Amino acid sequence: MKKLTLQGKQLTAEALIHKIKELHTPGETVRLMEVCGTHTVSIFREGLRQLLPEGIELVSGPGCPVCVTDQTYMDKALAYADRDDVIIATFGDMLKVPGSYSSLSEAQTKGAHIHVIYTPLEIIELGKQHPDKHIIFLAIGFETTIAVIGATVKAVAASGLDNVFFLVSHKLVPPALRALLDRQAGHIDGFILPGHVSVIIGEEPYRFLAEEYHIPSCIAGFDGVEILSAVVNILEQRKMQHFYVGNTYHSVVMKEGNPVARQIMNEVYEPCDDIWRGIGMIPESGLSLTGEYATYDAEIALPITLDRPSKEIKGCQCGSVLQGLIKPNECPLFGTSCTADHPVGACMVSVEGSCAAWYKYGYASGGLSWED
Amino acid sequence: MERVRLVHGNGGRFSHELTEKFILKYFTNSLLALLHDGAQFDVPAGRMAFTTDSYVVQPIMFPGGNIGKLAVCGTVNDLAMNGAVPQYLSCGLILEEGLPFEMLDTVLATMADMAKQANIEIVTGDTKVVKKGEVDGIYINTAGVGMIPSGISIAPSNVKAGMDIILSGSIGDHSIAVMGQRFGLSLSESIKTDCAPLNHMVHDVLSAVGDKVALMRDPTRGGLGTVLKEIADQSQVGIRVDESAIIVHPEVQSVCDILGYDPLYLANEGKVVLVVDSSVTEQVLSIMKEHEEGREATCIGRTLDKNIGKVGLQTALGGIRLLDLLGEDQVPRIC
Repeated sequence: MKKLTLQGKQLTAEALIHKIKELHTPGETVRLMEVCGTHTVSIFREGLRQLLPEGIELVSGPGCPVCVTDQTYMDKALAYADRDDVIIATFGDMLKVPGSYSSLSEAQTKGAHIHVIYTPLEIIELGKQHPDKHIIFLAIGFETTIAVIGATVKAVAASGLDNVFFLVSHKLVPPALRALLDRQAGHIDGFILPGHVSVIIGEEPYRFLAEEYHIPSCIAGFDGVEILSAVVNILEQRKMQHFYVGNTYHSVVMKEGNPVARQIMNEVYEPCDDIWRGIGMIPESGLSLTGEYATYDAEIALPITLDRPSKEIKGCQCGSVLQGLIKPNECPLFGTSCTADHPVGACMVSVEGSCAAWYKYGYASGGLSWED
Repeated sequence: MERVRLVHGNGGRFSHELTEKFILKYFTNSLLALLHDGAQFDVPAGRMAFTTDSYVVQPIMFPGGNIGKLAVCGTVNDLAMNGAVPQYLSCGLILEEGLPFEMLDTVLATMADMAKQANIEIVTGDTKVVKKGEVDGIYINTAGVGMIPSGISIAPSNVKAGMDIILSGSIGDHSIAVMGQRFGLSLSESIKTDCAPLNHMVHDVLSAVGDKVALMRDPTRGGLGTVLKEIADQSQVGIRVDESAIIVHPEVQSVCDILGYDPLYLANEGKVVLVVDSSVTEQVLSIMKEHEEGREATCIGRTLDKNIGKVGLQTALGGIRLLDLLGEDQVPRIC
């Protein structure tokens, strides 16, 4: 894909903003949810909010994998981390996610074996190097990551290693969108759909948005111009009252997604009900290892029981933030007891969490004049 | 291959051997040659700047340089940022048992090269050897002194509203070069550290319009974003900067896109931010462009008498993004 020069970007953005203003009726409120955390960060980085006409609101959704991972999962991970015969392998952004009573980074300072990895395949090496330990990989993430981790499960099976397991809490995007719409009818006027997830699943799984809920949506890439063109597409659908799954990320997202990746997902996993932090149970929104691969499920191979019940963090409104019901700065903890340096809730912990983005990029930037 | 042993730090015969075979091979000046407990020298009357920095970069060698280059340039540049003409440096080496002599040799050779380039002398030093695993190969501390010419006053309190902010070139190169090496990414050969001594360029600017330069900062750890925010806070001004005037090389930007780094918060080792009276902006830019280190210098923004303590980045698309201090580390141990 040819990258636009800065000047080209400016001109394109100007034209898109012009188009958005044409399509938008002054005084009308249009609430568009950007589902993906990477979109949230881009919107702030490029200062898109100030460019949009008043009335077009961008609302952050549940698209940060670390943020939606619930307390009980973290508590289980911490219970495993407590065992001397276990090495926890994880992506670094899980370290500071709060469980009910502790976090992995806290456990690490107390001597837990926690190994930060950059690519899932590293766990095979880890398994070979530590034959006397159980390696437990924290398998979280949306469709984008699921395919890669699914391939890793297959590689572990093929390697013959019997000490590598997966603590699975993958999340699927389309069921979450359905749950959001069921719970808050009329609150969301359109979805800016995640580019990377769509690379895997394609357009088809989102069709219910248009067909059952009459909601416009559009798959978008990650720079400001790509996000603005998705906004244009959604406003056009509203204007024409003709709803479909738009795609302004053609260069990367195929209509049918990535068949090879989907094949791996279907082979290794089967859908199951799953719990999302602060949102609760969403039917068929998670995955569990299936068939011959179920033996690599940490909870089956090495069952544990939690000695204390999981509990929510007092006052934390991550659940409402993740559903777009409130803006991060409407949470009573935001900016007071919950800050980027001392995060309380998961949405402040992850770099892609909406609270972290609001905090980092100056939620108070509106209203100031920067002219001489 | 021969390696450093613990005995090379015991102060006895082996230490002498290490000093003679390696240190004195490269650091040749009359003050150091005496091998006394310190260096003695005359100073003219006036104001002096004194600074120190420790260098712990991992890996020790990276595209375009090594820890020795950082250790000289970093301290030279800190002196230059004070408006001083760097003169003498000290060099404290902490070596890990087992370090190949070949690597020590390369690092010292680079230090000598850089000292020559910056026109300073390394006149005193110390070498310790610690057990394997207690440091990561080699750590270096350098301290430096230099005289500040009369008429030069560099301080946050000199910054007033309506001044221009100049940046000497592209950002992010150093961090990405080091990270690429550490993670074994096969990056484009054009990504190299920007590490370089800035004292000659700074000296030329100060010689021409020294009384119009309010402040200079090198955006090392914390990056450009952090330095701008610090200037806004310490000088009690608002700052508006223009994203499209800030150069990020496309190769560096691509790596940032993949790894999720923000170039505004990546360390640089050969860049300077100057806050100058707007009457001399063009002149300063043209002086800087005569130097290799300032070839890509641009005016990136302006100080304001409102939004005190805040930095607004006008994005390429025309929106505004507030810049804060760097919080959690994006990348560890890059200098």
